[in-house]
Amino acid sequence: MNRVAAPVSSIGLSQPLVDGPEKVTGRARYAADLASPQALVGRLLRSPVSHAEITALDTSAARRIPGVVAVITGDDCDETFGILPIAQNEYPLARGRVRYRGEPLAAVAAVDAETAQRAIDAIEFAYDELPAYYTAADARADGAVELHAERPGNIDRHAEFELGDVDGGFEAADLVREETYHCAEICQVQSEPHAVLADYDAERDRITVSPSTQVPYYVHLMLAKTLKMEKSRIRVVKPYIGGGFGCRTEALNVDLICALLARAAKGAVRIVASREETFITHRGRPETGLRLKIGLKQDGTITAVECHAVQRGGAYSGYGLVTILYNGSLLYALYDIEAIRYEGFRVLTNTPPCGAMRGHGTVNARFAFENLLDAMAAEMGLDAFAVRRANMLKAPTFTTNDLMINSYGLPQCLDWVEEASGWKERKGRLGPNRGLGMACSHYISGASKPVNWTGEPHATVHLKVDFDGSITLLTGAAEIGQGSSTVLVQCVAEVLGLDMSRIRIIAADSALTPKDNGSYSSRVTYMVGNAAIQAATELKRVLVEAAAAKLDARPEDVECLGEVYRAATQDEGLAFDEVVVAALAETGTLTVKGNYDTIPESHGGKKYRGAAIGGSMAFSYAAQAVEVSVDPDTAQITVEKVWVAHDCGKALNPLAVEGQVQGSVWMGMGQALSEETHYHKGLGITSNMLDYRVPTIVESPPIEVKIIESMDPHGPFGAKEAGEGSLSGFLPALASAVADAIGVRPVELPMTPDRLMRLMEKGGRSG
Amino acid sequence: MESTLHLTLNGRRRGDLVPDNMLLVDYLREVAALTGTKIGCDGGECGACTVLVDGRPRHSCLTLAGACQGRHVETIESLEEGGRMAALQRGFHEKLGAQCGFCTPGMIMAAEGLLRATPDPGTEDIRASMASNICRCTGYIKIIEAVQAAARELAP
Repeated sequence: MNRVAAPVSSIGLSQPLVDGPEKVTGRARYAADLASPQALVGRLLRSPVSHAEITALDTSAARRIPGVVAVITGDDCDETFGILPIAQNEYPLARGRVRYRGEPLAAVAAVDAETAQRAIDAIEFAYDELPAYYTAADARADGAVELHAERPGNIDRHAEFELGDVDGGFEAADLVREETYHCAEICQVQSEPHAVLADYDAERDRITVSPSTQVPYYVHLMLAKTLKMEKSRIRVVKPYIGGGFGCRTEALNVDLICALLARAAKGAVRIVASREETFITHRGRPETGLRLKIGLKQDGTITAVECHAVQRGGAYSGYGLVTILYNGSLLYALYDIEAIRYEGFRVLTNTPPCGAMRGHGTVNARFAFENLLDAMAAEMGLDAFAVRRANMLKAPTFTTNDLMINSYGLPQCLDWVEEASGWKERKGRLGPNRGLGMACSHYISGASKPVNWTGEPHATVHLKVDFDGSITLLTGAAEIGQGSSTVLVQCVAEVLGLDMSRIRIIAADSALTPKDNGSYSSRVTYMVGNAAIQAATELKRVLVEAAAAKLDARPEDVECLGEVYRAATQDEGLAFDEVVVAALAETGTLTVKGNYDTIPESHGGKKYRGAAIGGSMAFSYAAQAVEVSVDPDTAQITVEKVWVAHDCGKALNPLAVEGQVQGSVWMGMGQALSEETHYHKGLGITSNMLDYRVPTIVESPPIEVKIIESMDPHGPFGAKEAGEGSLSGFLPALASAVADAIGVRPVELPMTPDRLMRLMEKGGRSG
Repeated sequence: MESTLHLTLNGRRRGDLVPDNMLLVDYLREVAALTGTKIGCDGGECGACTVLVDGRPRHSCLTLAGACQGRHVETIESLEEGGRMAALQRGFHEKLGAQCGFCTPGMIMAAEGLLRATPDPGTEDIRASMASNICRCTGYIKIIEAVQAAARELAP
């Protein structure tokens, strides 16, 4: 028998998602789809006031209602939770004080929704109201009541740093301009409302929890803390996840409350949050006020940048200090800028807590920066592309704030966008009320330092090979719709030269899969991808050795052709299944692993407190041009077309990269055009998908994507991130296009018709 | 109050005792255990619950189960043919019209309704008929491509 075989390649080819068939047939089970008929219904009592001392919470009437199995309040959990070990100041259910309207006060588990709701309605809440602050300015005012005793002046974090000669830089500039910007708070509005199923095994004192989360590991840690339960008694099983965009990076109060309820009820409890509750749970992008100053020379070089930022963080710390630090660190890392000054305030207010929304901390600052740079270029008669080109970094290098750059495809992004959009011929010549604008952006490929510093590698992947010849990839990395499971299967298949259909993946079940730091900061492709490659390389080594022994050859003479292993001199080799049989002899079922860790040079600098925030193994880069038309009577902006080039290193799955880039640009468009939350005395009045305007298919433009492959030396097959970097560039590119179309330049987000009309009537600013 | 609901669900006739105020989406998910139909909002905002009633797209979260007495209701679970993906499902899979997949059943059922009425839809037909289905992942571009791919495949 002469076996002719060749390794199959899967990297660099467009691959539909490995879990796609489940999603398009309705077989995919999300958290709300899991409950057994026995599961109780969990419901929450939420605070009707924004800021108050709790004087009484009487649940006795609720407990007497037939069908009510458990009622819990803040008395049932005295442990705080939170994403950052140094800033955990939130209880699953409020204790002592409530700090935002909608904060959970009590929870009920009952036999059905009606009974649970009756019990909720029967709980009596008495309180002494405190002054409430809905703006950062009010919360920072003299004499304001402190939300948290350990946060004087309601400042969650004051960040500041200065690098290089900033004052000298402004003096050396030919033009210095300063402008203020305001960006409304927005929310992720992922398609799936939060849901969780918790099943407590009273016989063994164990609990299994299936939350709609991006990071099962963080939920696991916070369950252990709030339940005061050994981690080994907890199992977290990730179901299908209907998106996240950052709001599910943290363990959410509903996850923890559901588990507390399940233990109190000694059974299974399901909480399915309404859309309104999902808005209240929040963790979106904070309302941000920015004051930005840039110094520019006539040759286009940036001489100095100064930024002052204030974020309205909401009632608890959450990710707060990380967000305010990202806002500074990445502002200065896209271009070669040597003199930088930053001051940022993260402020605690009586609104739902903000979080780590897609493009974490970078989006509003990028809007301000590119917008001001564009305005200054226009004022000086410089071309927008030329100004960017005058400030390129040259890889390999470190930025002024010590961020490691090994690959930098931004020049190629600029070239393509300039050409594809017809910039040179069309800019300024599109006729009345039509305009073209551009901007650049970037993002990290995973935060180099994990939130929980345990000494473990960043990522671990297991591969199991058994008697049946199947390969099972075990990872804790959470597939949330971004295609991470597909890319990991691709990595393993590529190394082994096998068709992807050979490989099964199990993603995120703490009883089966190795721990992973989760799906946030665009880390999975880079970090877990590298771990998968290492695991597959190790498996290949084991298989080659087994084949060598069987073929009576030296391992270095064995050639792996995917489905066939053969010694170089031999015509006939061994089929993959035969190699597996040989490899399992004596050792039994094989499990190999791969790890990944970041290198210290990528950890960011030590020049200022918090300088590690922004440190990454690699950065993606993007440039985009946006074409708009503006209705002069209604001030309605229509986005006609977007051209975006994204440097993701090697595009492991070009189809998924395109999808991620289109989704990013489009999400930027939502923030730029129509999305914003509003509160009336702390009550969310946009907590539904009609008043909170997510773009529909009708107003969504064609987005043409060009993939630029700069090949990162440390990336898996050269890859970098693809799912966040092109978001933030859209917002300033739109402002630039509007300025081109109608001669006024938006400095407030979103650019709704009412805001734009006011601007048009005033005759514009700084444009 | 409860009444007996007789309907044809995914081609099979069935009868169930259901509360008069039960929504069709809750009937599908909790009584018929067809969880492919999703709930993404608090009523009529997102389209994730779209099913076909007598062949026409309906928000099952705005439809009383009792209003389907004697009607034909079709959900995402009915589309597969011989255990294989239907053209629309394959289109959404292969063109990456589904990322997180949560809006996908509603999207596909809205598109199914469109293709039955308009077998060769233009881009504007697709936009118009899927305007009440919100997707948060794709920017809709690949959704339009998915529907077009299916229409081409189904063309005689």
